[in-house]
Amino acid sequence: MARMNSPQLYTTATPTHSGRSVLLSLENIRKEFGSRRVLDDVSLEIHEGEVTVILGPSGCGKSTLLRCLNGLEPVQGGTLRLRGLPMPGPRGDWRPIRQQIGMVFQSVELFPHLNVIENLLLGPVQAQRRKKDEVLVEAREWLQRVGLADRELSYPRELSGGQKQRVAIVRALCLNPVVMLFDEVTAALDPEMVREVLDVILELAREGMTLVIVTHEMGFARAVADRVVFMDEGRIVEISSPSSFFEQPATERAGRFLDKFLYLPRQTEPRL
Amino acid sequence: MVAKSLELLSKNLPLLLNGLAASLQIALASVLLGLLLGCAVGAAHLSPSHAVRAAAKIYLEAFRIIPVIVWLFVAFFAIPIAFNLTISGEAAAILIFSLWGGAEMSDLVRGALTSIPVSQYEASRALGLSEVQLYRQIIIPQAVRRLLPGAVNLVTRVIKTTSLVVLVGVVDVVKRAQQIIERTHEALTLYAFLFVLFFALCYPLSLLSHWLERKWPA
Repeated sequence: MARMNSPQLYTTATPTHSGRSVLLSLENIRKEFGSRRVLDDVSLEIHEGEVTVILGPSGCGKSTLLRCLNGLEPVQGGTLRLRGLPMPGPRGDWRPIRQQIGMVFQSVELFPHLNVIENLLLGPVQAQRRKKDEVLVEAREWLQRVGLADRELSYPRELSGGQKQRVAIVRALCLNPVVMLFDEVTAALDPEMVREVLDVILELAREGMTLVIVTHEMGFARAVADRVVFMDEGRIVEISSPSSFFEQPATERAGRFLDKFLYLPRQTEPRL
Repeated sequence: MVAKSLELLSKNLPLLLNGLAASLQIALASVLLGLLLGCAVGAAHLSPSHAVRAAAKIYLEAFRIIPVIVWLFVAFFAIPIAFNLTISGEAAAILIFSLWGGAEMSDLVRGALTSIPVSQYEASRALGLSEVQLYRQIIIPQAVRRLLPGAVNLVTRVIKTTSLVVLVGVVDVVKRAQQIIERTHEALTLYAFLFVLFFALCYPLSLLSHWLERKWPA
């Protein structure tokens, strides 16, 4: 009766981490683009070691929500907190916050004029002012772990889409961030490269890293999430465990959303 | 015949080199001033201030629309007469070629800067880089790579355009050649010399531009 056509595509992550302290909190966040309200009174808590997957139809505000968390999008109302401390306002200095938050983009955004290792060192050495030798050791370890140890001196244009996105993940990890934000990181990849990127993220989840993931990969979402946040029209509609969200969504809107990802004919696979 | 031509050229070489020095002086000064001006005005094209952007745009269009020769006459004849000043041909030429080169350069700078996607800025900020680091490490290095082929081409255009200085009384290499032709009636030899000379000056720059384009594809 599972809604997913292939729920075993990805192995399941470790079970939920309940009772952990709050790492990030959003309190009544309001975000407008001109007169259009993109986030409408959104409140959410992200706990240490928790994997939160944000789902929802295109334009529901999920990517915007993620981008508010490190100040790439200024908010018009509400409070953002990192470990209880309020984050800066639109004109404030976000650098100390951003140096603790790793972000990976759909469009990858490696720096094309720098090779892999230079891309990795930039944040830690330039922004965080850490020692180059020490960062180099860590960066090489990460490259090894994502299977790119031999690509240290390659330029981004010499890498495949999946390799580039793995480097981008490592670039964010080299900041030693307290949380990683993934903004539809496989949406622009060729299908055969999706897996190698998702495997890296799943590995991070297994290690207990705090992750906030926006994705359209439903099988992955189910496998990796501790908690699913479903959004529509700038609001959080439902927060559930992955199993209840995918098998028995609490809201009709989430049900309709999930139907769109179900390719089986409805006559043979009746609605739950 | 070739021997005779070479003999003529070698006999007149000091005169020709003297003219070439005048041309190169003007070209070099104009290129340097033009590049600097172009970078400043290029940044002004992207200023948040409407007034600054409008001023940069008017400047660019003025030098695009009106031929350089007209500007040269304005600087050498019109303004000195109107304000009762004196200005040398060299100074007028350097002034106008710098302003013209600066206008063209500013458009190249604007194009190079706007060709870098906003998402590159976001990725840099997400790493916690400061605005100074962002420009120094990410934006300017990429913009320069996109800018250089066009800038090198512009330098060749400035070098070629310096031949207009004859019209404001500067004795450049072309003028020297004409003087020698008047004396000796060896037009073919001297024009062949000018051809080889300008080719030798500009072709390496043209090659450099092509090489840069291939080295740093957009």
